[in-house]
Amino acid sequence: MIPGEFDYYSPTTLDEALSLLQEHGDDAKILAGGQSLIPAMRYRLAVPEVLIDINNLTELEYVREDNGHLTIGAMTRESDLEESTLVKEKYHLLADTAEVIADPLVRNMATVGGNLAHSDPANDHPATMLAYNAKIIALGPAGTRVIPIDDFFTGLFENALEENEILTQIRLPRPGPNSGGAYIKVERKVGDYAISAIAVQLTMDGDTCTAARIGLTNLSPTPMRAKNAEQALIGQVITPDVLEAAGQAAAAECNPSADLRGSVDYKRDLTRVLTKRALTKAIERAKGA
Amino acid sequence: MSKHTITLTVNGQEQTHEVDARLLLVHFIRENLNLTGTHIGCDSTSCGACTVHLNGRAVKSCTVFAVQANGKSVETIEALAAAGNLHPLQEGFWEKHGLQCGYCTPGMIMSAKDLLEKNPDPTEEEIRWAISGNLCRCTGYNKIVEAIQYAAEKLREKEPVA
Ligand SMILES: Cc1cc2nc3c(=O)[nH]c(=O)nc-3n(C[C@H](O)[C@H](O)[C@H](O)COP(=O)(O)OP(=O)(O)OC[C@H]3O[C@@H](n4cnc5c(N)ncnc54)[C@H](O)[C@@H]3O)c2cc1C
Ligand code: FES
Ligand code: FES
Repeated sequence: MIPGEFDYYSPTTLDEALSLLQEHGDDAKILAGGQSLIPAMRYRLAVPEVLIDINNLTELEYVREDNGHLTIGAMTRESDLEESTLVKEKYHLLADTAEVIADPLVRNMATVGGNLAHSDPANDHPATMLAYNAKIIALGPAGTRVIPIDDFFTGLFENALEENEILTQIRLPRPGPNSGGAYIKVERKVGDYAISAIAVQLTMDGDTCTAARIGLTNLSPTPMRAKNAEQALIGQVITPDVLEAAGQAAAAECNPSADLRGSVDYKRDLTRVLTKRALTKAIERAKGA
Repeated sequence: MSKHTITLTVNGQEQTHEVDARLLLVHFIRENLNLTGTHIGCDSTSCGACTVHLNGRAVKSCTVFAVQANGKSVETIEALAAAGNLHPLQEGFWEKHGLQCGYCTPGMIMSAKDLLEKNPDPTEEEIRWAISGNLCRCTGYNKIVEAIQYAAEKLREKEPVA
Protein backbone atom coordinates (compact mmCIF):
# COMPACT_ATOMS: atom_id res chain seq x y z
CA MET A 1 0.00 0.00 0.00
CA ILE A 2 2.84 2.31 -0.92
CA PRO A 3 2.18 4.79 -3.71
CA GLY A 4 4.11 4.60 -6.96
CA GLU A 5 7.05 6.90 -7.58
CA PHE A 6 6.51 10.49 -8.55
CA ASP A 7 8.30 13.83 -8.74
CA TYR A 8 7.26 16.30 -6.11
CA TYR A 9 7.10 20.09 -6.24
CA SER A 10 5.88 22.48 -3.60
CA PRO A 11 5.42 25.89 -5.20
CA THR A 12 5.13 28.90 -2.94
CA THR A 13 3.22 31.12 -5.36
CA LEU A 14 0.20 30.56 -7.58
CA ASP A 15 2.22 31.63 -10.63
CA GLU A 16 4.81 28.99 -9.91
CA ALA A 17 2.07 26.38 -9.44
CA LEU A 18 0.49 27.35 -12.76
CA SER A 19 3.74 27.15 -14.69
CA LEU A 20 4.51 23.72 -13.18
CA LEU A 21 1.06 22.60 -14.27
CA GLN A 22 1.71 23.96 -17.78
CA GLU A 23 5.06 22.23 -17.95
CA HIS A 24 3.91 18.79 -16.81
CA GLY A 25 0.46 18.70 -18.39
CA ASP A 26 -1.60 15.61 -17.74
CA ASP A 27 1.28 13.77 -16.04
CA ALA A 28 0.76 16.07 -13.07
CA LYS A 29 -1.80 16.24 -10.32
CA ILE A 30 -2.43 18.92 -7.75
CA LEU A 31 -2.06 17.75 -4.16
CA ALA A 32 -4.44 19.62 -1.85
CA GLY A 33 -5.54 17.96 1.41
CA GLY A 34 -4.56 14.62 -0.08
CA GLN A 35 -7.43 12.85 1.66
CA SER A 36 -8.84 11.51 -1.60
CA LEU A 37 -5.70 11.55 -3.74
CA ILE A 38 -3.27 9.82 -1.36
CA PRO A 39 -5.63 6.88 -0.64
CA ALA A 40 -6.17 6.57 -4.41
CA MET A 41 -2.39 6.56 -4.97
CA ARG A 42 -1.92 3.93 -2.28
CA TYR A 43 -4.43 1.67 -4.01
CA ARG A 44 -2.68 2.60 -7.30
CA LEU A 45 -5.98 3.85 -8.64
CA ALA A 46 -4.11 7.08 -9.35
CA VAL A 47 -0.50 6.94 -10.56
CA PRO A 48 0.50 10.54 -11.24
CA GLU A 49 4.10 11.09 -12.36
CA VAL A 50 4.24 14.52 -10.82
CA LEU A 51 2.59 15.98 -7.73
CA ILE A 52 2.25 19.72 -7.34
CA ASP A 53 1.63 20.28 -3.64
CA ILE A 54 -0.30 23.52 -3.12
CA ASN A 55 -0.35 23.32 0.69
CA ASN A 56 2.14 26.17 0.90
CA LEU A 57 -0.24 28.52 -0.92
CA THR A 58 -1.70 29.78 2.34
CA GLU A 59 -3.14 32.74 0.38
CA LEU A 60 -5.83 30.25 -0.69
CA GLU A 61 -6.96 29.61 2.91
CA TYR A 62 -9.73 32.03 3.89
CA VAL A 63 -13.46 32.33 4.47
CA ARG A 64 -14.84 35.86 4.18
CA GLU A 65 -17.76 37.91 2.95
CA ASP A 66 -17.40 40.51 0.25
CA ASN A 67 -19.85 42.16 -2.12
CA GLY A 68 -22.80 40.07 -1.06
CA HIS A 69 -20.89 36.82 -1.40
CA LEU A 70 -19.24 34.31 0.84
CA THR A 71 -15.87 33.60 -0.70
CA ILE A 72 -13.98 30.49 0.28
CA GLY A 73 -10.36 29.97 -0.70
CA ALA A 74 -9.81 26.59 -2.33
CA MET A 75 -7.30 25.48 0.34
CA THR A 76 -9.62 26.21 3.27
CA ARG A 77 -9.68 23.13 5.50
CA GLU A 78 -13.03 21.60 6.35
CA SER A 79 -12.27 22.09 10.05
CA ASP A 80 -11.84 25.85 9.49
CA LEU A 81 -15.18 25.98 7.74
CA GLU A 82 -16.71 24.02 10.61
CA GLU A 83 -15.31 26.49 13.16
CA SER A 84 -16.13 29.68 11.23
CA THR A 85 -18.63 31.87 13.12
CA LEU A 86 -19.57 33.59 9.88
CA VAL A 87 -20.58 30.25 8.38
CA LYS A 88 -22.37 29.13 11.54
CA GLU A 89 -24.39 32.32 11.74
CA LYS A 90 -25.35 32.96 8.14
CA TYR A 91 -24.74 29.89 6.02
CA HIS A 92 -26.61 27.13 7.78
CA LEU A 93 -26.59 24.70 4.88
CA LEU A 94 -22.82 25.00 4.61
CA ALA A 95 -22.35 24.68 8.38
CA ASP A 96 -24.53 21.54 8.41
CA THR A 97 -22.44 20.09 5.58
CA ALA A 98 -18.98 20.87 6.95
CA GLU A 99 -19.55 18.96 10.15
CA VAL A 100 -20.67 15.71 8.51
CA ILE A 101 -17.81 15.41 6.04
CA ALA A 102 -15.56 12.48 6.91
CA ASP A 103 -14.19 12.61 10.49
CA PRO A 104 -12.35 15.31 12.46
CA LEU A 105 -8.88 14.00 11.52
CA VAL A 106 -9.67 13.98 7.81
CA ARG A 107 -11.33 17.41 8.12
CA ASN A 108 -8.10 18.86 9.54
CA MET A 109 -6.42 18.19 6.16
CA ALA A 110 -9.21 18.00 3.59
CA THR A 111 -9.95 21.16 1.60
CA VAL A 112 -13.13 22.62 0.15
CA GLY A 113 -11.47 23.09 -3.25
CA GLY A 114 -10.27 19.48 -3.27
CA ASN A 115 -13.72 18.22 -2.36
CA LEU A 116 -15.21 19.93 -5.43
CA ALA A 117 -12.28 19.33 -7.80
CA HIS A 118 -12.44 15.62 -6.99
CA SER A 119 -16.07 15.70 -8.22
CA ASP A 120 -17.00 12.49 -6.46
CA PRO A 121 -20.81 12.30 -6.32
CA ALA A 122 -20.33 10.73 -2.86
CA ASN A 123 -18.68 13.91 -1.59
CA ASP A 124 -20.94 16.27 0.32
CA HIS A 125 -19.94 19.70 -1.00
CA PRO A 126 -21.15 19.19 -4.59
CA ALA A 127 -24.83 18.94 -3.55
CA THR A 128 -24.46 21.86 -1.17
CA MET A 129 -22.81 24.08 -3.77
CA LEU A 130 -25.51 23.13 -6.30
CA ALA A 131 -28.16 24.18 -3.79
CA TYR A 132 -26.38 27.50 -3.12
CA ASN A 133 -25.97 28.19 -6.85
CA ALA A 134 -22.26 28.71 -6.20
CA LYS A 135 -19.64 29.88 -8.66
CA ILE A 136 -16.31 28.16 -9.09
CA ILE A 137 -13.33 30.39 -9.81
CA ALA A 138 -10.52 28.81 -11.80
CA LEU A 139 -7.14 30.26 -12.67
CA GLY A 140 -5.33 29.20 -15.81
CA PRO A 141 -2.61 30.55 -18.10
CA ALA A 142 -5.19 32.82 -19.76
CA GLY A 143 -6.37 34.24 -16.45
CA THR A 144 -9.39 33.77 -14.24
CA ARG A 145 -12.59 32.04 -15.30
CA VAL A 146 -15.92 31.87 -13.50
CA ILE A 147 -17.77 28.56 -13.84
CA PRO A 148 -21.41 28.42 -12.69
CA ILE A 149 -21.87 25.34 -10.52
CA ASP A 150 -24.62 24.03 -12.83
CA ASP A 151 -21.95 23.70 -15.55
CA PHE A 152 -19.17 22.41 -13.30
CA PHE A 153 -19.85 18.69 -12.82
CA THR A 154 -19.63 16.84 -16.11
CA GLY A 155 -19.40 13.18 -15.08
CA LEU A 156 -18.15 10.71 -12.50
CA PHE A 157 -14.99 12.38 -11.07
CA GLU A 158 -15.14 14.79 -14.00
CA ASN A 159 -15.60 18.53 -14.15
CA ALA A 160 -15.21 21.61 -16.30
CA LEU A 161 -11.68 22.44 -15.05
CA GLU A 162 -9.02 22.34 -17.76
CA GLU A 163 -5.85 20.34 -17.13
CA ASN A 164 -3.85 23.53 -16.71
CA GLU A 165 -6.31 25.25 -14.38
CA ILE A 166 -6.32 25.51 -10.60
CA LEU A 167 -9.53 25.91 -8.68
CA THR A 168 -8.82 28.96 -6.51
CA GLN A 169 -12.10 30.06 -4.98
CA ILE A 170 -15.72 29.15 -4.37
CA ARG A 171 -18.25 31.95 -4.23
CA LEU A 172 -21.74 31.66 -2.72
CA PRO A 173 -24.42 34.34 -2.97
CA ARG A 174 -25.41 35.56 0.49
CA PRO A 175 -28.90 34.22 1.20
CA GLY A 176 -31.50 37.01 1.08
CA PRO A 177 -34.18 37.71 3.71
CA ASN A 178 -36.57 34.85 4.54
CA SER A 179 -34.11 32.30 3.17
CA GLY A 180 -33.03 29.12 4.86
CA GLY A 181 -31.01 26.05 4.15
CA ALA A 182 -30.27 22.62 5.58
CA TYR A 183 -28.22 19.51 4.89
CA ILE A 184 -29.39 16.14 6.08
CA LYS A 185 -27.24 13.07 5.61
CA VAL A 186 -27.70 9.45 6.59
CA GLU A 187 -24.48 7.47 6.80
CA ARG A 188 -23.68 4.00 8.16
CA LYS A 189 -21.19 5.40 10.67
CA VAL A 190 -19.27 8.61 11.29
CA GLY A 191 -16.74 9.19 8.55
CA ASP A 192 -18.61 7.27 5.90
CA TYR A 193 -19.99 8.65 2.69
CA ALA A 194 -23.74 9.25 2.49
CA ILE A 195 -26.28 6.53 1.80
CA SER A 196 -28.37 9.52 0.79
CA ALA A 197 -28.06 13.19 1.64
CA ILE A 198 -30.08 16.25 0.68
CA ALA A 199 -28.98 19.88 0.44
CA VAL A 200 -31.74 22.48 0.37
CA GLN A 201 -31.60 26.26 0.02
CA LEU A 202 -34.94 28.07 -0.29
CA THR A 203 -36.78 31.37 0.14
CA MET A 204 -40.24 31.82 1.64
CA ASP A 205 -42.86 34.55 1.37
CA GLY A 206 -45.11 33.79 4.30
CA ASP A 207 -46.14 30.18 3.71
CA THR A 208 -45.33 30.27 0.01
CA CYS A 209 -42.04 29.00 -1.31
CA THR A 210 -40.70 31.50 -3.84
CA ALA A 211 -37.34 29.91 -4.67
CA ALA A 212 -35.72 26.55 -4.00
CA ARG A 213 -32.67 24.62 -5.08
CA ILE A 214 -32.03 21.04 -4.00
CA GLY A 215 -28.79 19.06 -4.42
CA LEU A 216 -28.45 15.30 -3.96
CA THR A 217 -25.42 13.39 -2.63
CA ASN A 218 -24.38 9.90 -3.74
CA LEU A 219 -27.58 9.33 -5.64
CA SER A 220 -26.28 9.56 -9.22
CA PRO A 221 -23.00 9.15 -11.15
CA THR A 222 -22.73 12.95 -11.54
CA PRO A 223 -23.69 15.27 -8.68
CA MET A 224 -27.23 16.42 -9.49
CA ARG A 225 -30.06 18.78 -8.62
CA ALA A 226 -33.54 17.49 -7.87
CA LYS A 227 -35.18 19.83 -10.36
CA ASN A 228 -38.59 18.16 -10.33
CA ALA A 229 -38.68 18.41 -6.57
CA GLU A 230 -37.78 22.10 -6.83
CA GLN A 231 -40.66 22.63 -9.28
CA ALA A 232 -43.05 20.88 -6.91
CA LEU A 233 -42.28 23.58 -4.33
CA ILE A 234 -41.81 26.86 -6.13
CA GLY A 235 -44.94 29.04 -6.05
CA GLN A 236 -46.72 26.64 -3.71
CA VAL A 237 -48.15 27.20 -0.26
CA ILE A 238 -46.21 24.65 1.77
CA THR A 239 -48.44 21.90 3.15
CA PRO A 240 -47.62 18.32 4.14
CA ASP A 241 -48.93 17.22 0.72
CA VAL A 242 -46.58 19.58 -1.09
CA LEU A 243 -43.62 18.31 0.94
CA GLU A 244 -44.62 14.73 0.16
CA ALA A 245 -44.89 15.56 -3.54
CA ALA A 246 -41.40 17.09 -3.48
CA GLY A 247 -40.02 14.06 -1.64
CA GLN A 248 -41.58 11.70 -4.17
CA ALA A 249 -40.25 13.76 -7.05
CA ALA A 250 -36.69 13.62 -5.68
CA ALA A 251 -37.00 9.87 -5.07
CA ALA A 252 -38.14 9.35 -8.67
CA GLU A 253 -35.58 11.57 -10.38
CA CYS A 254 -32.44 10.42 -8.53
CA ASN A 255 -30.42 7.58 -10.00
CA PRO A 256 -28.73 5.59 -7.22
CA SER A 257 -26.99 2.27 -7.65
CA ALA A 258 -27.24 -0.72 -5.34
CA ASP A 259 -24.14 -1.27 -3.20
CA LEU A 260 -23.08 -2.12 0.37
CA ARG A 261 -24.96 0.97 1.53
CA GLY A 262 -28.31 -0.34 0.31
CA SER A 263 -30.61 -1.30 -2.51
CA VAL A 264 -31.98 1.12 -5.07
CA ASP A 265 -35.48 0.99 -3.54
CA TYR A 266 -34.14 1.69 -0.07
CA LYS A 267 -32.06 4.64 -1.26
CA ARG A 268 -35.00 6.12 -3.15
CA ASP A 269 -37.34 5.85 -0.18
CA LEU A 270 -34.70 7.27 2.15
CA THR A 271 -34.33 10.16 -0.29
CA ARG A 272 -38.08 10.81 -0.16
CA VAL A 273 -38.01 10.97 3.64
CA LEU A 274 -34.79 13.00 3.90
CA THR A 275 -36.00 15.51 1.31
CA LYS A 276 -39.05 16.21 3.46
CA ARG A 277 -36.90 16.53 6.58
CA ALA A 278 -34.38 18.86 4.96
CA LEU A 279 -37.17 21.02 3.53
CA THR A 280 -38.91 21.23 6.89
CA LYS A 281 -35.69 22.32 8.58
CA ALA A 282 -34.85 24.84 5.86
CA ILE A 283 -38.37 26.34 6.04
CA GLU A 284 -38.11 26.66 9.84
CA ARG A 285 -34.82 28.48 9.42
CA ALA A 286 -36.21 30.72 6.67
CA LYS A 287 -39.07 31.72 8.92
CA GLY A 288 -36.85 32.19 11.94
CA ALA A 289 -34.38 34.36 10.06
CA MET B 1 12.64 8.82 -8.16
CA SER B 2 12.61 12.15 -6.42
CA LYS B 3 14.60 12.58 -3.21
CA HIS B 4 14.14 15.56 -0.99
CA THR B 5 15.92 17.04 1.96
CA ILE B 6 13.44 18.01 4.64
CA THR B 7 13.95 19.98 7.81
CA LEU B 8 11.25 19.63 10.40
CA THR B 9 10.70 19.74 14.14
CA VAL B 10 9.87 16.39 15.71
CA ASN B 11 8.76 16.48 19.32
CA GLY B 12 10.50 19.80 19.80
CA GLN B 13 13.78 18.90 18.06
CA GLU B 14 14.76 20.26 14.70
CA GLN B 15 16.09 17.58 12.34
CA THR B 16 17.09 17.22 8.71
CA HIS B 17 16.52 14.04 6.69
CA GLU B 18 16.57 12.84 3.13
CA VAL B 19 13.33 11.18 2.04
CA ASP B 20 11.73 9.77 -1.12
CA ALA B 21 8.75 11.81 -2.23
CA ARG B 22 6.48 8.77 -1.88
CA LEU B 23 7.45 7.98 1.72
CA LEU B 24 4.40 8.34 3.94
CA LEU B 25 4.76 10.33 7.14
CA VAL B 26 3.80 7.33 9.28
CA HIS B 27 6.55 5.18 7.74
CA PHE B 28 9.03 8.02 8.19
CA ILE B 29 8.08 8.31 11.86
CA ARG B 30 8.18 4.59 12.58
CA GLU B 31 11.03 3.43 10.36
CA ASN B 32 13.36 6.40 9.88
CA LEU B 33 12.89 7.96 13.32
CA ASN B 34 12.20 4.68 15.13
CA LEU B 35 9.28 6.25 16.99
CA THR B 36 7.04 3.21 17.02
CA GLY B 37 4.39 4.58 19.36
CA THR B 38 2.51 5.77 16.27
CA HIS B 39 0.63 2.74 14.94
CA ILE B 40 -0.65 1.59 11.57
CA GLY B 41 -4.08 0.03 11.89
CA CYS B 42 -5.76 0.03 8.54
CA ASP B 43 -3.67 1.48 5.74
CA SER B 44 -6.87 2.98 4.32
CA THR B 45 -7.31 6.29 6.17
CA SER B 46 -10.06 4.78 8.30
CA CYS B 47 -8.86 3.97 11.81
CA GLY B 48 -6.86 6.88 13.28
CA ALA B 49 -4.22 4.62 14.93
CA CYS B 50 -1.60 6.68 13.07
CA THR B 51 -2.77 10.06 14.44
CA VAL B 52 -0.04 12.64 15.07
CA HIS B 53 -0.07 16.42 15.24
CA LEU B 54 1.12 18.32 12.19
CA ASN B 55 1.56 21.99 13.08
CA GLY B 56 -0.64 21.39 16.11
CA ARG B 57 -3.52 19.66 14.33
CA ALA B 58 -4.38 15.99 14.67
CA VAL B 59 -4.06 14.25 11.30
CA LYS B 60 -3.77 10.71 9.95
CA SER B 61 -0.06 10.32 9.28
CA CYS B 62 -0.71 7.47 6.83
CA THR B 63 -2.35 10.02 4.55
CA VAL B 64 0.36 12.69 4.41
CA PHE B 65 3.73 12.40 2.68
CA ALA B 66 6.81 12.92 4.86
CA VAL B 67 8.04 15.54 2.38
CA GLN B 68 4.94 17.60 3.19
CA ALA B 69 6.21 17.99 6.76
CA ASN B 70 9.15 20.05 5.53
CA GLY B 71 9.28 23.27 7.57
CA LYS B 72 6.54 22.05 9.89
CA SER B 73 6.34 20.60 13.36
CA VAL B 74 5.32 17.03 14.09
CA GLU B 75 4.33 15.79 17.50
CA THR B 76 3.95 12.09 18.27
CA ILE B 77 2.82 10.19 21.36
CA GLU B 78 6.46 9.99 22.50
CA ALA B 79 6.40 13.74 23.26
CA LEU B 80 3.86 13.31 26.04
CA ALA B 81 5.91 11.63 28.74
CA ALA B 82 9.19 13.05 27.50
CA ALA B 83 10.06 14.41 30.93
CA GLY B 84 9.49 10.98 32.49
CA ASN B 85 6.08 11.82 33.95
CA LEU B 86 2.83 10.68 32.45
CA HIS B 87 0.82 13.38 30.72
CA PRO B 88 -2.64 13.84 32.31
CA LEU B 89 -4.14 12.08 29.28
CA GLN B 90 -1.89 9.07 29.78
CA GLU B 91 -2.68 9.13 33.48
CA GLY B 92 -6.39 9.24 32.62
CA PHE B 93 -6.15 6.17 30.35
CA TRP B 94 -4.28 4.39 33.16
CA GLU B 95 -6.66 5.41 35.96
CA LYS B 96 -9.90 4.92 34.03
CA HIS B 97 -8.89 1.77 32.13
CA GLY B 98 -9.14 3.61 28.81
CA LEU B 99 -7.43 0.77 27.00
CA GLN B 100 -7.41 -2.98 26.64
CA CYS B 101 -5.07 -4.06 23.85
CA GLY B 102 -3.75 -0.51 23.54
CA TYR B 103 -3.48 -0.51 19.78
CA CYS B 104 -5.71 2.52 19.29
CA THR B 105 -4.44 4.36 22.36
CA PRO B 106 -1.68 6.59 20.92
CA GLY B 107 -4.05 7.82 18.23
CA MET B 108 -6.87 8.34 20.72
CA ILE B 109 -4.58 10.35 22.95
CA MET B 110 -3.32 12.55 20.12
CA SER B 111 -6.89 13.27 18.99
CA ALA B 112 -7.93 14.01 22.58
CA LYS B 113 -4.93 16.31 22.99
CA ASP B 114 -5.98 18.33 19.93
CA LEU B 115 -9.48 18.62 21.41
CA LEU B 116 -8.33 19.71 24.88
CA GLU B 117 -5.97 22.31 23.43
CA LYS B 118 -8.92 23.93 21.66
CA ASN B 119 -11.61 23.18 24.19
CA PRO B 120 -10.40 22.60 27.78
CA ASP B 121 -13.88 21.86 29.12
CA PRO B 122 -15.63 19.66 26.54
CA THR B 123 -18.99 17.99 27.02
CA GLU B 124 -19.25 14.22 26.68
CA GLU B 125 -20.80 14.75 23.26
CA GLU B 126 -17.88 16.94 22.16
CA ILE B 127 -15.41 14.31 23.34
CA ARG B 128 -17.20 11.56 21.41
CA TRP B 129 -17.27 13.83 18.36
CA ALA B 130 -13.55 14.58 18.62
CA ILE B 131 -12.55 10.90 18.72
CA SER B 132 -15.01 9.86 16.03
CA GLY B 133 -12.14 9.41 13.56
CA ASN B 134 -10.43 6.89 15.87
CA LEU B 135 -11.61 3.30 15.98
CA CYS B 136 -11.31 1.07 19.03
CA ARG B 137 -12.16 -2.62 18.76
CA CYS B 138 -11.89 -3.36 22.49
CA THR B 139 -13.23 -0.86 24.94
CA GLY B 140 -16.63 0.20 23.66
CA TYR B 141 -15.37 3.79 24.05
CA ASN B 142 -17.00 4.57 27.42
CA LYS B 143 -13.76 4.16 29.33
CA ILE B 144 -11.92 6.24 26.75
CA VAL B 145 -14.41 9.06 27.22
CA GLU B 146 -13.94 8.83 31.00
CA ALA B 147 -10.17 8.91 30.58
CA ILE B 148 -10.41 12.10 28.53
CA GLN B 149 -12.80 13.66 31.06
CA TYR B 150 -10.29 12.80 33.80
CA ALA B 151 -7.48 14.46 31.84
CA ALA B 152 -9.55 17.53 31.04
CA GLU B 153 -10.22 18.03 34.72
CA LYS B 154 -6.56 17.51 35.67
CA LEU B 155 -5.43 19.97 33.03
CA ARG B 156 -7.98 22.55 34.16
CA GLU B 157 -6.70 22.24 37.72
CA LYS B 158 -3.20 22.97 36.46
CA GLU B 159 -4.22 25.86 34.26
CA PRO B 160 -7.62 27.12 35.37
CA VAL B 161 -9.83 28.22 32.48
CA ALA B 162 -10.27 31.98 32.45
C1 LIG C 1 -12.02 8.15 5.65
C2 LIG C 1 -12.50 9.23 4.73
C3 LIG C 1 -13.84 9.59 4.75
C4 LIG C 1 -14.32 10.59 3.92
N1 LIG C 1 -15.62 10.92 4.01
C5 LIG C 1 -16.10 11.95 3.27
C6 LIG C 1 -17.44 12.37 3.38
O1 LIG C 1 -18.23 11.81 4.15
N2 LIG C 1 -17.86 13.40 2.60
C7 LIG C 1 -17.03 14.05 1.75
O2 LIG C 1 -17.45 14.99 1.09
N3 LIG C 1 -15.75 13.67 1.62
C8 LIG C 1 -15.27 12.65 2.35
N4 LIG C 1 -13.96 12.28 2.23
C9 LIG C 1 -13.16 12.91 1.20
C10 LIG C 1 -12.45 14.12 1.73
O3 LIG C 1 -13.36 15.15 2.06
C11 LIG C 1 -11.45 14.56 0.67
O4 LIG C 1 -10.49 15.21 1.34
C12 LIG C 1 -11.93 15.41 -0.46
O5 LIG C 1 -12.76 14.65 -1.30
C13 LIG C 1 -10.77 15.89 -1.34
O6 LIG C 1 -10.18 17.00 -0.78
P1 LIG C 1 -8.61 17.08 -0.58
O7 LIG C 1 -8.31 18.49 -0.24
O8 LIG C 1 -8.17 16.04 0.33
O9 LIG C 1 -8.11 16.84 -2.09
P2 LIG C 1 -6.97 15.90 -2.69
O10 LIG C 1 -7.15 14.51 -2.25
O11 LIG C 1 -5.66 16.53 -2.48
O12 LIG C 1 -7.34 16.06 -4.25
C14 LIG C 1 -8.48 15.43 -4.82
C15 LIG C 1 -8.49 15.70 -6.33
O13 LIG C 1 -8.76 17.06 -6.63
C16 LIG C 1 -7.69 17.68 -7.32
N5 LIG C 1 -7.54 19.03 -6.74
C17 LIG C 1 -7.49 19.31 -5.42
N6 LIG C 1 -7.45 20.64 -5.21
C18 LIG C 1 -7.48 21.21 -6.45
C19 LIG C 1 -7.46 22.57 -6.89
N7 LIG C 1 -7.43 23.59 -6.02
N8 LIG C 1 -7.51 22.80 -8.23
C20 LIG C 1 -7.56 21.77 -9.10
N9 LIG C 1 -7.57 20.46 -8.74
C21 LIG C 1 -7.52 20.19 -7.43
C22 LIG C 1 -6.50 16.78 -7.08
O14 LIG C 1 -5.57 16.86 -8.14
C23 LIG C 1 -7.14 15.41 -6.99
O15 LIG C 1 -7.38 14.91 -8.27
C24 LIG C 1 -13.44 11.26 3.03
C25 LIG C 1 -12.09 10.91 3.01
C26 LIG C 1 -11.62 9.90 3.84
C27 LIG C 1 -10.17 9.54 3.78
S1 FES D 1 -3.39 3.62 9.69
FE1 FES D 1 -3.83 5.70 9.27
S2 FES D 1 -5.97 5.78 9.50
FE2 FES D 1 -5.56 3.68 9.86
S1 FES E 1 -7.87 -0.79 23.22
FE1 FES E 1 -7.77 -2.29 21.67
S2 FES E 1 -8.30 -1.17 19.92
FE2 FES E 1 -8.69 0.23 21.47
